Amino acid sequence: MPVERVEGHLTGKRPEEIEEEVRRGVLLTSLDKAVSWARKQSMWPATFGLACCAIEMMSAGAGRYDLSRWGMELFRASPRQADLMIVAGRVSQKMAPVLRRVYDQMVEPKWVISMGVCASAGGMFTNYAIVQGVDTIVPVDIYVPGCPPKPEMLMFGILKLQEKVRTQGTFR
Amino acid sequence: MKPPALAERVGEHLPDVWQSRGEVTVVVPRGELIDALVRLRDQPDLAFGFLCSLTATDHPGKDPRFWIVYELRSVEHAHRLRVKVGLAADDPHVPSVTRLFPTANWHERETWDLFGIVFDDHPDLDRILLPDDWEGHPLRKDEELGGVGTRYHGAFIPPVDERTMP
Amino acid sequence: MSTGQEMDAARDGAPTVQTPVRDRVTGEVRQETMIINMGPQHPSTHGVLRLLLELDGETVIRCKPIVGYLHTGIEKNTEYRTWVQGVAYVTRADYLAPFFNELAYCLSVERLLGIEAPPRAQTIRVLLCELNRIASHLVWMATGGMELGAVSVMLYGFRERELILDIFEAVTGLRMNHSFIRPGGVIMDLPTEGPRMIAKLLDDLPARIDDYERLLDDNPIWKERNVGVGVLSAEDALAYGVTGPLLRAAGVPVDLRRDEPYLGYETYEFDVPVSTDADSYARYRLRVTEMRESLKIVEQALDRLLAEPGPVMVEDPKVAWPARLSVGPDGIGNDETYLRHIMEESMESLIHHFKMVTQGVRVPEGEVYTAVESPRGELGYYVVSNNEHRPYRVKIRDPSFVNLQAVPTMVEGGLIADAIAVIASLDPVMGGVDR
Repeated sequence: MPVERVEGHLTGKRPEEIEEEVRRGVLLTSLDKAVSWARKQSMWPATFGLACCAIEMMSAGAGRYDLSRWGMELFRASPRQADLMIVAGRVSQKMAPVLRRVYDQMVEPKWVISMGVCASAGGMFTNYAIVQGVDTIVPVDIYVPGCPPKPEMLMFGILKLQEKVRTQGTFR
Repeated sequence: MKPPALAERVGEHLPDVWQSRGEVTVVVPRGELIDALVRLRDQPDLAFGFLCSLTATDHPGKDPRFWIVYELRSVEHAHRLRVKVGLAADDPHVPSVTRLFPTANWHERETWDLFGIVFDDHPDLDRILLPDDWEGHPLRKDEELGGVGTRYHGAFIPPVDERTMP
Repeated sequence: MSTGQEMDAARDGAPTVQTPVRDRVTGEVRQETMIINMGPQHPSTHGVLRLLLELDGETVIRCKPIVGYLHTGIEKNTEYRTWVQGVAYVTRADYLAPFFNELAYCLSVERLLGIEAPPRAQTIRVLLCELNRIASHLVWMATGGMELGAVSVMLYGFRERELILDIFEAVTGLRMNHSFIRPGGVIMDLPTEGPRMIAKLLDDLPARIDDYERLLDDNPIWKERNVGVGVLSAEDALAYGVTGPLLRAAGVPVDLRRDEPYLGYETYEFDVPVSTDADSYARYRLRVTEMRESLKIVEQALDRLLAEPGPVMVEDPKVAWPARLSVGPDGIGNDETYLRHIMEESMESLIHHFKMVTQGVRVPEGEVYTAVESPRGELGYYVVSNNEHRPYRVKIRDPSFVNLQAVPTMVEGGLIADAIAVIASLDPVMGGVDR
């Protein structure tokens, strides 16, 4: 049976070049994995606690439910030094531009967890004053429902985010 | 003073007074508000020198439409009084009591913000709870609850079952 | 103020000579005041409070607090829901003292209805409210300490609060925002392990509070940052409508549990601490003492609960919440026998249950103002009813909203670092301020 030749990105290259390509691919994959692992291991949240969920977020960072098990106890006040924004609480119309501004000040790569139903979808406050979901303002990676979510629920959301970061490629 | 005695005592100068559910309420015409509050504060057996709360209620279709409600308390005698002022729908003005009770400053700003009641001679009548460029006074009964269909700065949030993934 | 000598002289009160700064281009003397914005996203402003500060170096010349960044429209939302659903909204106003919000709202509704909750319900309410007071003061101490730099106090405060939250979770099912106190009583009785957990807390907590006192009372850094800072005199406090620990620290002994008792507080033995120093340190001592007094009340309430059983919801079928809840294998839910009753035995009960849950109680026309003593001051609810199944108007007189008006008086003239200490000692909760 005749073999059909299909063009690929290595077609027509000399053997040394192909070896170089393979080596670089292996290097990049390992670097990819290493960088993603490092990113998820020590994500620093920016303080964006607004309402009741902020108290549960502080409880999650305190002694019993310890966020520093995953390197996250360091809540950075300055958004330029943070890479995770946990929007904890209800976002009012007056606060929405502030939220967007803080998000814009964060440096890539950045992730957003929307904690609680008020941040995810407006919660029980379907009225004039609350933004019905912060995903209308910033792109959200993980939604954690609850009113307020127990610290264990927030930790589950954070672990899911870490999975997402670990499997997300950087250089391809 | 217990409510029956208090109602009698207040009724000596302000006749429109009644008791209900253990509380004494007196209605004062708008023009006499400041004098009435000063008198209630200065008489030693009444001594209503502490303003707890200042708010409004909206009854559209009735006259008066707005009722401004002042909750007074006396620290010396530990009794309470409610003073109400009625306002017509087309004339939502009432004199500000900030000179008498500095605590009324933010309360009056909140009532202006949510109901649209103008407090004359207020030092700084601005919106306090809503953004400065908000239009409307949401706690009035003819304003809708919002949420679904709120328009602000050009953004429009559709109802929950009409939202689609971007 | 460029040299250290000048700064020392300024601290000791000597007049300073400020070298004028000339603008290089125009040659005019530049004004040295700077207007900066603190918040609304800030680690030390207790939530979304924004402070506009005009500074001359480190001294605050003018301060303007700007609120409204958490305005939720709770008051408008209650007008569109039934009376019992209002409890769920109102409990999220001041989210660190949810039981007090529910209590004041339910007391207002009960006064409008002309009913009174059964004695056991009142005792449970007192127990939960005083535990909430301790939890709220622990959060104050934790966040206040962290803002002033004592980070370990944050971890201790939250550790203690977890003990109290365990009790709340066992009794009400939730750690925060419980919706447990309903018009007519409370929704469920204490679980079987409830008294044991509370007794254990009463054993553990006094020693922990002793620990905090030992850590902070004579701590030179704590005293340096708090003594003489944020002085609010009694006349200023009364003029600004300030209530709660700030008023009691200024020497005015107003406590609504004492002056206008509700829930039978006149039958409990407790002291109301009052101080005359009126500074931030006095408020700290006051709140720690209040925690101990609350423990006394919790102990007395627990003894009463163990002594005599009784109903926890009023008997009137037109008012009482129809569900009979109990703790099952999967948590708190409807009681088995009650479910069988409404689903299989009695159609009227099913209809009654349906109507009570969807429509709820109809409250006669009228208006009341009920005030309770929350951890921050006088929490008042002005509730107007129009003889309907929904409230007509619910106005929340929140103590933090009124207390924040006193911030300029306390902050102006001091250093910017003292502004943080002042806000910490004021203990505002922005959910209550903005509602």
